This record gives sequence, C-alpha cells and structure tokens, in this order.
Amino acid sequence: MTEGLVFYLFAAITVASGVMVIASRNPVHSVLFLILAFFNAAGLFLLLGAEFLAMVLVVVYVGAVAVLFMFVVMLLDINYLRLREGFLQYLPTGAVIGLILLAELVMLVGSWSFAPSAPLSVGSRTPDIGVVTNTDALGRLIYTDYAYLFQVAGLILLVAMIGTIMLTHRTRTDLRRQNIARQNARTKESSVEVRKVASGGGI
Amino acid sequence: MLQIGLAHYLTVGAVLFTLGIFGIFLNRKNVIIILMSVELMLLAVNINFVAFSHFLGDLTGQIFTMFVLTVAAAEAAIGLSIVMVFFRNRGTIEVEDVNRMKG
Repeated sequence: MTEGLVFYLFAAITVASGVMVIASRNPVHSVLFLILAFFNAAGLFLLLGAEFLAMVLVVVYVGAVAVLFMFVVMLLDINYLRLREGFLQYLPTGAVIGLILLAELVMLVGSWSFAPSAPLSVGSRTPDIGVVTNTDALGRLIYTDYAYLFQVAGLILLVAMIGTIMLTHRTRTDLRRQNIARQNARTKESSVEVRKVASGGGI
Repeated sequence: MLQIGLAHYLTVGAVLFTLGIFGIFLNRKNVIIILMSVELMLLAVNINFVAFSHFLGDLTGQIFTMFVLTVAAAEAAIGLSIVMVFFRNRGTIEVEDVNRMKG
C-alpha cells in the first residue's frame, strides 16, 4: 500500500523532471531537473532493494556527472536562446515518433510475464536480505565472478580520463612561467652591466 | 492498482527512454541537452535492469547496471570535453555547425 504510493510519487517526479530536462529554456534548469530525476530514480532503486546502486546514482551521477554538466553549461559563453530556434519546427515529428515508440514499448511491457523456465536461468541468485546485505552481495559477486569485467570498467574510466585530459589540455605560450634552472644559471656577468654614462645625457 | 509489479517499473523506463529520444528531436541544436537526453535514456535502461534484477531474483542485473553507469560516466566526460574543445575552436556548440569534415 505505502510502497505503491511511494512508487507513484517517485515515478511521477522522475518523469516530470525528465520532461523538464528536455523542455526548459535555460540549460542550467535542465541540469537541475536532471539532478532531480536522478534523485528520484535512486528512490525507485531503493524501492527495488538496490541500495548500493541508489547510493552510486546519487554520489556518482548527482555528485560528478551532473556537476560536470553544470560546469560546462556555465563555462561556455553561449546565447542559449538562439540554440532553441527550430524547437517548434521539430516538435511534430518528434512527438509522432515519440508517441509511436512509447505506445509500442508500453504495449510490450504491459503484457510482459516471465517464462516458466526463466527462474531456472538465474545466474547469481539474490541472497536473502536478512543474511547478506545488498552491498555485501554485490561485492562478493563483483570481486569473484566479474573481477575481470570490473578491471575493464576501471580501464574504461582511465581511458576516459586520459582522453579528456588530452582533448582539453593546451600548452599556452602567453604565460611567463618561472624557470628555476635559468634563474640559477644567471651570473653576475650576464645580468649586470656597468656603463659609463655622460652626466646629464641619460642612456 | 497499488500493487506494484514489474510492468510498472518497465513503463517508467519506457517513458523515460521516450523522453530521451524526444529530447534529441526537440533540441537538435544544443549538444549539451542532447547529451543530457542520452543520460536520461541510460537511466531508463538502468531502471529496467534493476527492475528485472529484483523481480527475477538475479543480482547480475545490478552488476550490469554498474557497468552501464561506468560507461555512461566515461561517455559524459568525453562528450563534454569534445563540446569544450569544439566551442574553443568555433565559438559555438550548434550541431549544424559541426561540418568541418564535410560528412
């Protein structure tokens, strides 16, 4: 009963903020609604008993990805209103395609039921929540059966990090950085010059 | 009505996925909103994975969700850095201006 109400609350806010992400005029508002959508999706995950993923969604998505989006939106000096030209032009096509897709998907999932043999193909059964917590169970799986895939996930992140740094890094030539070796190599002869100046003449 | 089953979660996932596609159609010019729409679609996929994982009693779905999250984070980072570089070079992020390679 309560679970049903909470589900409808989370689902409604998730979908509504999803609408606002794509419909709001200001990209900053879009990012904020994206954060709201992620928070409520985390609530849905909690309802499904996936506590660890819910926390990962909040920490990684809200804390890192959404903030990254926010940084980029605010860093770029762009007239975002100009980018919205053609918004209404594409609305009918988008609406038709979206509605068709939605109808098909809902028809598909509305009549969904597991095959009788589906529980036989379960790869790693969820342990009883009273015995092993969700995080514990995920950890036991990920460091045994999925250890290699876990390493590959780490490598993906490493490659993404290197790629991001490579893409955005630039060596600036207009800076005057301190060169300690050159400073230390200076001698009195190379830097001080004694000149005989005619009095009243200047240099 | 208040008995929540798999179909409810799958419907939420379907709606979110459709919103993602719709967002790509609506904001044809703004790369950042397109990236956000892709994030919405990945979120929908994750909801589907976790729902199946819950109702089938199989933890593999949640593991897969973690990998999807990893790839999505990497994709967001790379995509946004490409947007940054593009903006630095061209002073715009309109998709229609991405035509230097004449593709």
